[in-house]
Amino acid sequence: MADVIKFFTKSPWSAKLGLAIITLNIFCALFAPALAPYSETEIAGDVWEPPIWSEDAIPHDTPVILGTDHIGRDLFSRLMFGARNTITLAFVTTALAFFVGSIGGFMAATLKGWVDQTLSRVVDILMAFPTLILALVILSVMGTSIPVLVFVIALIDSTRVFRISRAVAMDIEVMEYVEASRLRGEGLWWVMKEEILPNALSPLVAEFGLRFCFVFLFISSLSFLGLGLQPPLADWGSMVRENSSAISFGILTPLIPAAAIAFLTVGVNLVVDWFLHRASGIKDV
Amino acid sequence: MSNLMKKTGANRLLNVHDLCIEGYQEEEWRQIVNGVSFYVDRGEVLGLIGESGAGKSTIGIASMGYTRAGCRIKAGSILFDGKELFGAEYETLRRVRGPRIAYVAQSAAASFNPAHKLIHQFVEMPVQEGIMSFSKAEARAKELFRRLDLPDPDNIGDRYPHQVSGGQLQRCMVAMAMACNPDLIVFDEPTTALDVTTQIEVLGAIKEVIQTYGTAAIYITHDLAVVAQIADRIMVLQHGYEVETGETRQMIESPKKAYTRELLSVRKTRGKTINHGGEETVLAVENVRAAYGNNVIVLDGINTKIGRGKTVSIVGESGSGKSTLARVITGLLAPIDGKVHFCGEVIPPKLKNRPKELLRRMQMIYQMPDTALNPKHKVKKILGRPLNFYFGMSGKERDQRILKLLELIELGPEYMERYPDELSGGEKQRVCIARALAAKPDLIICDEVTSALDQLVAKGKLKLLQNLQN
Repeated sequence: MADVIKFFTKSPWSAKLGLAIITLNIFCALFAPALAPYSETEIAGDVWEPPIWSEDAIPHDTPVILGTDHIGRDLFSRLMFGARNTITLAFVTTALAFFVGSIGGFMAATLKGWVDQTLSRVVDILMAFPTLILALVILSVMGTSIPVLVFVIALIDSTRVFRISRAVAMDIEVMEYVEASRLRGEGLWWVMKEEILPNALSPLVAEFGLRFCFVFLFISSLSFLGLGLQPPLADWGSMVRENSSAISFGILTPLIPAAAIAFLTVGVNLVVDWFLHRASGIKDV
Repeated sequence: MSNLMKKTGANRLLNVHDLCIEGYQEEEWRQIVNGVSFYVDRGEVLGLIGESGAGKSTIGIASMGYTRAGCRIKAGSILFDGKELFGAEYETLRRVRGPRIAYVAQSAAASFNPAHKLIHQFVEMPVQEGIMSFSKAEARAKELFRRLDLPDPDNIGDRYPHQVSGGQLQRCMVAMAMACNPDLIVFDEPTTALDVTTQIEVLGAIKEVIQTYGTAAIYITHDLAVVAQIADRIMVLQHGYEVETGETRQMIESPKKAYTRELLSVRKTRGKTINHGGEETVLAVENVRAAYGNNVIVLDGINTKIGRGKTVSIVGESGSGKSTLARVITGLLAPIDGKVHFCGEVIPPKLKNRPKELLRRMQMIYQMPDTALNPKHKVKKILGRPLNFYFGMSGKERDQRILKLLELIELGPEYMERYPDELSGGEKQRVCIARALAAKPDLIICDEVTSALDQLVAKGKLKLLQNLQN
């Protein structure tokens, strides 16, 4: 435990800031029902009411801190509940995509031959479809439940992860320490987990930070087409979409969930950068 | 130029005084270069010599006012042509580096960008600095390529780095350093990674060009034979301290310090022949033919036998198939024809068909310890894995065995928690040896295990291996 504390106190301020942002987001997501003044679906007032600090703010018994959305629901409460759906979905999806994609990529690079050919060609075929259309096809066949949504996005993302991890692993696979472990008689799992993974971590972690944020946007595109998270469930991406027409009236409501996405993205990437920095072995001077 | 002028220092190019450099290790700053002073006159070659970890490269690079990541110059002065480089503005340093001081790295293969043609990498610096036009730089490249005895100097620049040999690449790097006709070149072990025949070629070429252009040089090496051929003066370093400095001839003929004498005597040591054990044959190779792909035959009709406790040396130039033979024996490359016997039995040609026990009894030590150790594994894990894998050892039992192995290779217990990056070249190779020993093998294949090491370390390594054989 002391090691963990020391580890964090020694990290640079940017990483601490990133960790703080992520912790804040997770906290909000976990305690949304307790923190949010309204429920996810409750109509709090009129359409697109301005935030509480505005001169035109309309007084309520329970304050509507960030104003209301396109059908009069409390935006602040929906942001809280949206954090739940968005972060969980994005995290589970990206983790699954990386699990499948990197194992596939490492296997292709380590075993070569027909395994590589089969996996790579399957991935090529999947990548040949425009992502949105592929997702639409699968979702309309299998229905739009959350598990299916996770599975579809993870599948699509895992093809990109496969490409990267295969390329990285191919470079590592030719190193002598991998050969040495083969001569020792190590199996595939050890070679992948102990020899290749630690050395491939930097590019994969960087990719993780990026993919994590792409998932928000992808879900929001799907929601727009009616195949993402089903209303009235809130998620940040679709909150931007739902309220986007407000922009033409000079109302800033859609920018608030967008800012939440940006905020979390920055936080995640600050932490990712710190990991990269550590993994690359550059010492702070 | 008169002798008097030389003495008054008007001809002095580089004057380093009381240089102290610190390195960041185990979360604190430790001094790695301790108050070293030296000078280089115009057109003079200073040899820096010492075993690995003596701070040679650090000092060499510091002469350009630069330190590697994790190091910093603490005190001292570096006067280059009357200008102080320590603490100088980045812009000043940038103007000096390249056009006036150039650097030739140890591994040319790692220093060239594999995605660009040699000529484009050559012209980059002079054109960027605005010293030459592209066509002028190209002409200069051809001239230097010719001087350095590169084959087909007019067209070699159109090749990519992987299309020329290691020795040629090293010469290209020397050419690059000479591009702007600098006053000083720092050579950081430019011939160490090459095989003996190529080494002589490259050394000859370097000597020839620096004499022709009257360039001063700092030549870093651990090989006294090399430095004696090229340097005017030699400085011997040990653990970041200056041992002694003197004219080359005087240093070779009558060194004052014991350490220098030891360095000199290395060349003369030879191991005594060990003769013991029965006539039992451990390994026999019979009529082996091997090829990469389908057409290029690398080995043909190879026969050899190795008895228990014996060493068989396989000698040859680079490209003669030494390593390929090792690959055939270890099963990495299945031969087209022929058999490999191990302890009287014919063993499967392919690695994946060999049982674990057989793999244990045959271990390999690689030429380049840098790439043979996983940079993300601690020494403890590197040595612990074979123990766990072959003998199922774990916990305390394994740790004790690791300590024994470390003791065997003369490293302390604190090395358990280190990563390969935190070891010197010699220490890395020792860890490689310990890893092979951990499996208690009957046969160890050593692929040029000492060619990337300096002499003192290499000698120690050979002794170690000899002791183990007994």
